[in-house]
Amino acid sequence: MKTTECLIVGAGPAGMRAAKRLLDAGAEVTLIDRSDMLGGQLTKQTHMFFGSEKQHASKRGIDIMQLMIDDIVNHPKLTVIKNATVVAMYKDRVVGYVIGETYHRIQANAIVVAAGASEKAIPFENNDLPGVYAAGAVQTLMNVYGVKPGHKVLMVGSGNIGLIVTYQLLQAGVEVVKLIEAADSIGGYLVHASKIKRLGVDIETNMSVKRAIGKDEVEAAEIWRLDEAWQGIEGTEEIIECDVICMAVGLAPLTELLQQMGAKIMYVRELGGNVPVIDKDHRTSIERVYACGDMAGIEEASSAMMAGEIAGLSAAVDLGYHVENYEDDVARLRHELSNLRDGPHGEKIRLGLKKLGVLS
Amino acid sequence: MIEKTGVPSEAQIKSCFPEKITLKKPKAIIECYKEIPCNPCDTSCPFDAITVPEDINVRPSIDFDKCTGCGICVYNCPGLAISVMQLKDGKVSMKIPYEFTPLPSQGETVNVMNRAGEVITPGTITKVQRTDKMNKTALLHVEIPDAYLYDAITIEVKHGSE
Repeated sequence: MKTTECLIVGAGPAGMRAAKRLLDAGAEVTLIDRSDMLGGQLTKQTHMFFGSEKQHASKRGIDIMQLMIDDIVNHPKLTVIKNATVVAMYKDRVVGYVIGETYHRIQANAIVVAAGASEKAIPFENNDLPGVYAAGAVQTLMNVYGVKPGHKVLMVGSGNIGLIVTYQLLQAGVEVVKLIEAADSIGGYLVHASKIKRLGVDIETNMSVKRAIGKDEVEAAEIWRLDEAWQGIEGTEEIIECDVICMAVGLAPLTELLQQMGAKIMYVRELGGNVPVIDKDHRTSIERVYACGDMAGIEEASSAMMAGEIAGLSAAVDLGYHVENYEDDVARLRHELSNLRDGPHGEKIRLGLKKLGVLS
Repeated sequence: MIEKTGVPSEAQIKSCFPEKITLKKPKAIIECYKEIPCNPCDTSCPFDAITVPEDINVRPSIDFDKCTGCGICVYNCPGLAISVMQLKDGKVSMKIPYEFTPLPSQGETVNVMNRAGEVITPGTITKVQRTDKMNKTALLHVEIPDAYLYDAITIEVKHGSE
């Protein structure tokens, strides 16, 4: 069986920043990802990022990704395993992964889990018809592979992902017929909402999908108004002609691997569902196993970068490395994180982290 | 109501503008209506005219005396929430961010839209700026009648061939 000093599961913004901190400290790192490229969700983020200069604000996600890759990729102590899906994690820090049809194992002294999240879906009649997509998939098709997902899109969900993917669909020359939101107000940043509205995409709140219509693929969507209890109101149905129903209805942390390993898990609605119980240094309940990024609670990529750094620093210290300015760096990162979470859009995450016991 | 539709109210829009006399010179109009953690407008301004405090969730404030209307904040704002407006000879000369292809060309007549996405007037493209440091966000200079000062915000995206 292969061994490594520190294994990082997931090469997105959290995982890559954790890798950088561990490599800087002198650790030997193996970075494993299911994709054939590094970057995680950043591979398709063509828009400019928010935040401050410390999180590369105003740069595009794909360019931030390249900076992070360049930062680590040629490091002599880094091993990258791509196209590898981690399928098992055990308490003795043995990790099983599959490449093609072959099962491999690797044992690590420390593991940083930054596996990300999966997209949620909503139930409605015919939601298995071709043409019903999750927004992340639409973004991958367009921005990674250059494939148009369809011609006329109904967007469902007004969080930042729904708003941003709508804008990127318009950039790709795809018509977005309408954006509907089940809540009574827009979930994401209003600047993103204004950006699509002025280009002619109507946003309607208190609306959801009743059913998809079509024989072999989506030909239309039936939408309806929701009451205060989020139940559809009979008689308010409207048929929207479209060939894509794109769901941007939230993300769920991919906690299953840590669950299997026996780590303490807690359901925190505000963080997206089941999350590992972590301390403020991102240590899980299992010794030398850390969690960061969306897997530890759904947030923006900028926060994932900061959290990844903290997790990487914790792992480096626990592995016995002396980290220059450790206390100062961690204090600064915590300060930057709280700055990102301080506004009204950070309310949910603050509440979730309090439930988890990370914030007081 | 902006929280439901994405369209700011007239009062909200006007709160971002200086008095008309100030607009004889070009000035940045910042339409950042809700606190978000973001400050590139502040850090990109070479004239120190825009301020976002240490708590980057606070909305930006602008000193119109210092603002030269250069447009650097326009293409640095991740929310594409800034434009530059100037009143000149009965016309509004606006600088807006634009991230679509193909870019319009100088002299072209385009449809100008309001914040609700409705076409309100034709406008003339007077200049197209797009350099490497602008990081793929072009700056379009558009001229329109001055009656549309508080309405105009972008131009229609026309889609050509696939």
